Amino acid sequence: MPGTVITQLRLRLEGFSRYACPRGLPIASGLPMNLLDPQGPVAAANSTILVDSVFIMLAIVVPTIIAILAFAFWFRASNTKARFQPDFVYSGRVEMVVWAIPALTVILLGGVAWIGSHKLDPAAPVPGTGSPVRIQAVSLDWKWLFIYPDQRIATVNSLTVPAGAELNFQLTSSSVMNVFFIPQLGSMIYTMNGMVTRLNLRADNEGKLKGLGAHFSGDGFPDMMFDVVVVSPLSFPDWVATTAKTDAVLNEDSYKKLMQQGIEKGRPIYRLEDPRLFDLIATQHIPPGPGPELISDAGRPHSGGVDAR
Amino acid sequence: MLGKLDWSAIPFDQPIPLIAGGVVLVAILAVLIWVVVKGHLPYLWHEWITSVDHKRIGVMYILLASVMLLRGGSDAIMMRIQQAIAYHSQGYLPPEHYNQIFSAHGTIMIFFVAMPFVIGLMNLVVPLQLGVRDVAFPTLNSVGFWLTATGALLVNLSLVIGEFARTGWLAFPPLSGLSYSPGVGVDYYAWSLQISGVGTLVAGINLVTTVLKLRTKGMNYLRMPMFCWTTLASNLLIVAAFPILTATLAMLLLDRYLGFHFFTNEAGGNVMMFMNLIWAWGHPEVYILVLPAFGIFSEVVSTFSGKALFGYRSMVLATMAICVVSFMVWLHHFFTMGAGPDVNAIFGIASMIIAVPTGVKIYNWLFTMYGGRIRFSTPMLWAVGFMVTFIIGGLTGVLVAVPPADFMLHNSMFLVAHFHNVIIGGVLFGAFAGFEYWFPKAFGFRLDERWGKLAFWFTFTGFYITFVPLYVAGMLGMTRRLQHYDVAEWRPWMIVAAIGMAVLSIGVICQIMQLVVSIRNREALRDRTGDPWDGRSLEWATSSPPPVFNFAFHPDVRGEDAYWDMKIAAQEQSLEHEEPEYHDIEMPRNSPTGFVCAFFATIMGFALIWHIWWMVILGGIGAFATFVVFAWRDHDEYVIPAAEVAAIDRVNLEERRNLVSMAGTI
Repeated sequence: MPGTVITQLRLRLEGFSRYACPRGLPIASGLPMNLLDPQGPVAAANSTILVDSVFIMLAIVVPTIIAILAFAFWFRASNTKARFQPDFVYSGRVEMVVWAIPALTVILLGGVAWIGSHKLDPAAPVPGTGSPVRIQAVSLDWKWLFIYPDQRIATVNSLTVPAGAELNFQLTSSSVMNVFFIPQLGSMIYTMNGMVTRLNLRADNEGKLKGLGAHFSGDGFPDMMFDVVVVSPLSFPDWVATTAKTDAVLNEDSYKKLMQQGIEKGRPIYRLEDPRLFDLIATQHIPPGPGPELISDAGRPHSGGVDAR
Repeated sequence: MLGKLDWSAIPFDQPIPLIAGGVVLVAILAVLIWVVVKGHLPYLWHEWITSVDHKRIGVMYILLASVMLLRGGSDAIMMRIQQAIAYHSQGYLPPEHYNQIFSAHGTIMIFFVAMPFVIGLMNLVVPLQLGVRDVAFPTLNSVGFWLTATGALLVNLSLVIGEFARTGWLAFPPLSGLSYSPGVGVDYYAWSLQISGVGTLVAGINLVTTVLKLRTKGMNYLRMPMFCWTTLASNLLIVAAFPILTATLAMLLLDRYLGFHFFTNEAGGNVMMFMNLIWAWGHPEVYILVLPAFGIFSEVVSTFSGKALFGYRSMVLATMAICVVSFMVWLHHFFTMGAGPDVNAIFGIASMIIAVPTGVKIYNWLFTMYGGRIRFSTPMLWAVGFMVTFIIGGLTGVLVAVPPADFMLHNSMFLVAHFHNVIIGGVLFGAFAGFEYWFPKAFGFRLDERWGKLAFWFTFTGFYITFVPLYVAGMLGMTRRLQHYDVAEWRPWMIVAAIGMAVLSIGVICQIMQLVVSIRNREALRDRTGDPWDGRSLEWATSSPPPVFNFAFHPDVRGEDAYWDMKIAAQEQSLEHEEPEYHDIEMPRNSPTGFVCAFFATIMGFALIWHIWWMVILGGIGAFATFVVFAWRDHDEYVIPAAEVAAIDRVNLEERRNLVSMAGTI
């Protein structure tokens, strides 16, 4: 069974990769976005596949590179000991081997890709403890809006989640495309206006992580990094309660102000007036965000595209 | 009267583009004045600008690519410096400028460096390797070149008049749509690619026809040099893929100019369609670039190992397999768009399958070296450097073809490092190898080896110092196209990458020095034999530089490595040559069609960008009229009399006999 072979190999390589990047080493831990320091099951599985695939390929790449350098060195014109064989230009056996080596590697990796794509489909459920948390993420120009429809709250550029619970993301965009990505929690996914994409993640350890927009979206793009705060399941309801006490309200009007082009250095929080706000955005009942013409925010250092400058 | 164009289009408030543009303008003016004052203008006009000789056009393509390489390289240096200093600060480039730079860098490097470089080499070499006198459509060839030059000119014009796109080199909507990019930047991008795209398409048609229909006696398909095979594969891809690019950009332009809704957010437009279409062109494009490089390395490795190419038929099969499969993998550029596990897995596996024929190629070059007598001239250094570097790029490429790995690496600096690894390590190294290898053929003297080797070592090490840090930054979660960042862990890697860029730049300077030194010492480096590397294919059978008609007689090919066989046969027949009977040769006449057509296309493109409608009509009529005048021409060929052919060929034969007799005495 090829499946068993792959599992066997994966187990072995997993041990190896753990050895190659141990948690304790400063290079592999403590950095808020290190792909090799996963903080959730999706990221852990992704990075395992990533590391395993590298090792599978290194098994043939390293010998090949050594052979290239060795042949190039040994058969240099000045080496009188090397045997000159100008007629060695075809060999059925060699041909068979050289087609077989990459083919076998690809069959193995193809298995990894097939199984991995199905197990780690972004929309696949990621069971966790407690009830799942629904989060609706909207990429704005140029900030991230996170709506918690069940908790009736919303935040900008800061995502707070309980550890251990399944996080069900629904994502869309107010204007141009973007990509939602929390490196240490795993899989990224596109956000597109008028469409909803789905992503399920889970954060296992309390702590502060970083997320970012991973698809260029205009002048304010670099400022689309956001905080991810993983709190204990017990303190999550407290956070929700505190947040819900805010005076700021997110409704269609305040959303329309929020989606205008501009960067947001703070971490605003809102009470959510209508839990269907996300649907209104995703179905374009609220029209897509305006481009640079409608900017009123003259205080920003570099306003967006002015017509022909 | 002038559409959207007014004085505000000139960036008086931005010193960097203004000074850069000013310096370039002064340099161009100085060269022009020098040309006119010294009286070189008629020579340039008759011998180069209106030339339909495939060798001259090839040289002009490579010259264009080299100049644009300096432009694209300057962009790269600016980006590396910006990312090295823009930690917790805005750096020295504001976003609207930085975003133009990375968009221009990608556009220029792919369309106006890599493409003209490989098309130039194919133009220069393929007819010679096939043993023929010209390409199938010589005047069309000239048109193709000049339209490519038009595109390059428009891109550079955007530096000082208006702006370039700030959307990335593929201008994804909706960002590139009118709502989010109301300026002329995207229009500069789209029109320059539309015009140069026509040029590329005609070059592709021309080279496919040349390989399929114009081969000398006995040159059947399985005797063609590997470079001809990869040329065929690459140009088949051009013919199949470039119309997709043209159609996609046409739809984007309809959105922008006439209020269509192909790719807008509103009214049923679909951005995912753009992603699919642009990559349906974009993925074959990378093979359009790298296949000719594979061909160059096949020629170089075989020549400098003193052996025929190992597993020739296997190589042909691998080339054509890559050609076909490269059309079936485009979706791997957006695994993260939520297509579903089956689709992702199938495209992931298809992408990996390409690694099989590519791996076979690496092994066949390896076994070509096995049992050889390898001379490490500069082209061979590039070839070995390529093999090592490209394998690493291949590894990371297959890695991002695994969907779950791509879910972590998509759009990251790791990806940036990957495609630079294959494009620099594959295409650019290949272009440099080809440049060193065929330069003596084009100009009649070799390039200085010392400077060439220095250039190689600086470029090779500079490449690793620049791009290994980018791999690491990608593993630390860094995404591409960041004008500034606040993550401390990324900073050291960006600084190392900037240092690597400095080393790479020294490599480029060495390459320029090599050219200068070689031109100065050209008499010492003169190649009188036409065969400086002990070559194996037909381009070495004629003099360096070849006469305008390439060959006095169509060579008679009896096997693979046609010229090698001839050399062996000549030695065995103890050099008895009787004077052959020469005939008149008909060659195509020079034609200004390409230049004039591109002149009007430039006017039209510029007018379209700035909405100057009367000028659009003027340019359109001019370009069409040029075509009509050419179509109604009466004389398109001239005759080189037999006596002249004989005089030229006798000199060549004499040199060649000396060469063979010298080889015989060793």
